[in-house]
Amino acid sequence: MSERERPSARTYGVLALPVAMLVIFFLIPFGIMVATSFYHRIEGAFYEPAFELANWQRLFQPVFLERALFSIWICMLAGLVCITVAFPFTYFLTRMRRRAHLALLIVVLSALSLSEVIVAFTWYILLGRSSGVSNIFVWLGLFSEPVAYQPSFAAVLLGLSYIAFPFCVLTLYPQLTRLDPEITEAAQTLGASPWRTFWTVVVPIARPIIIAGFLLVFVFTLGSYLIADFLGRPEHWTLSVFIANQASAQANVPFASAMAIFLTLLSLVVVAIVGVIESRTRRLA
Amino acid sequence: MSRSSVDVRGGLRLEGLVKRFDGVLAVAGVDLELPPGKLISFLGPSGCGKTTMLRMIAGLERPTEGRVFLDDDDITDRPAYTRDIGMVFQSLALFPHLNVAGNVGYGLRIRGAEKDRIAARVDELLKLVSLEGMGDRRIQQLSGGQRQRVATARALALEPRLFLLDEPLSALDANLREQLQVELRLLQQQLGITTIIVTHDQREAMTMSDLVVVMNEGRIEQVGAPLEVYRRPGSPFVAGFIGRTNLLRGEAAGDGGVTVSGRPFDVAGEADRTGEVTISVRPEAAQLVVEEGVAERNVLPGTVVFVRDLGELFECFVDCGLEEHVIVAGSPRDWIPVRQGAKVSVRFPAEACVVVVP
Repeated sequence: MSERERPSARTYGVLALPVAMLVIFFLIPFGIMVATSFYHRIEGAFYEPAFELANWQRLFQPVFLERALFSIWICMLAGLVCITVAFPFTYFLTRMRRRAHLALLIVVLSALSLSEVIVAFTWYILLGRSSGVSNIFVWLGLFSEPVAYQPSFAAVLLGLSYIAFPFCVLTLYPQLTRLDPEITEAAQTLGASPWRTFWTVVVPIARPIIIAGFLLVFVFTLGSYLIADFLGRPEHWTLSVFIANQASAQANVPFASAMAIFLTLLSLVVVAIVGVIESRTRRLA
Repeated sequence: MSRSSVDVRGGLRLEGLVKRFDGVLAVAGVDLELPPGKLISFLGPSGCGKTTMLRMIAGLERPTEGRVFLDDDDITDRPAYTRDIGMVFQSLALFPHLNVAGNVGYGLRIRGAEKDRIAARVDELLKLVSLEGMGDRRIQQLSGGQRQRVATARALALEPRLFLLDEPLSALDANLREQLQVELRLLQQQLGITTIIVTHDQREAMTMSDLVVVMNEGRIEQVGAPLEVYRRPGSPFVAGFIGRTNLLRGEAAGDGGVTVSGRPFDVAGEADRTGEVTISVRPEAAQLVVEEGVAERNVLPGTVVFVRDLGELFECFVDCGLEEHVIVAGSPRDWIPVRQGAKVSVRFPAEACVVVVP
């Protein structure tokens, strides 16, 4: 490689706008949140500027640490569920005829227009006793009386996976579309059945985006609080539910800020660990 | 290699093969019997159905009608992965997540062969395609020619009954392409494996094949040895597609004579034909006579329109009053200098005048 040209003033100029946006809409608010996490909360009122570690100390109570671990656990599960369903789905989608392929893609992406509130509430009804899906099973004669599937762990997991699914498909779609069909055909002429082709060629080639899709779902669902609030019992609540609760119901913005920063750091740690594992195993392979 | 040239596996027979894509006819009824151990090329312009034919043989495309027989086994309904056929794809389709050895040994690994056996066989194959010691390289590190060789080694790893290549050299530059054409041909002769190569390059087909199958619009135009197809094209399409040619339209009298632009011509074969005929004369067979109004048979008068010297070849375009200019080509050694606008005559020797249509 020859020596790279030094970026000119114009190159920096082009970057000015995105950098400004990043600073104004991300870094400054985040800075405010960091500062707020050290502020003093006034019981029954709001908060005042201060520097105290009370909010951070409170965070290290077992209940919040346990919630943090639970959040990571359920959001990773949601990531696994999404990838397990979305990867084969997207793969077969891209192998379909163009018209069917686009129609199905539009259906999936239209789910993006549903807000989290609507999704949470819809599943609340569908999984409920009075007018939920179990009534259909009763009508079919499978059950003697309707059952409630929520609140439960499975309901929360289902809801989280549901809202993240279209995003997961969107992450996988571009690269799977570009996968040369001749590559899978080559595997078949070499004696691999479609099933073995999928596992020995398609999945290994797509490994980086599978991991990207998984991480996207993980980070995305970590921030969701309505789903767990609607479909779970308190023991199924993620840290986000507590943050929302502290910020709005309890008006304890300093503690909510501390928890939010903690959650951000935690998700960064998980992303970093996954990244390291990925590059290690890739080097081994 | 365990295979010797006396092995007669790999005879292929196609019966009434038809393929329609959404009502569009890609292959329009092909019957063909190919001998084992030979290199056969499917030659034709793009969209003529040659790749579709190859894909039906490989099992990657289901025929709409017709059967495919390999050594008298009907393999029409067998999926690609049970067919015992090696294939090199146009994009080469190497596995980007595996290194060279991983690619070459893929088929063996799928069959569940032992690691030692795979390693030994991979070494053997890499040697065969002159890539010794490159098993650890990543695909992205290889040149175009090396990738082509990896694809070849991978396709041959399982000692298939049939070796198929779909325009395997189209991505390479001209020099390398010619070199690999010779290499592939020598490899095929060494292994004695029945090989079908799809190409739109008539030079490639001429260089490599025992048998050329010329296709056009989903049909077979002509099957024959390369020189036979070149010298005795069976249709104006074949004459025009395999090398350049001069097509002369004339009237046959039935006594062996043909009249072209009012001039008497003798032609090779087909002497008893009557009515309208087309005669094909290769540019290198036509001769220039720097003399106006030669009254011999098989000669047309004309005006030199354009002359070009390509170094290895001299070409002269002559307007003989036909639909197209007559091209006369020759080696610079036997060239008579002529200028643009010169009045000349062109002689079409009788033995080079091939009647291509009734």
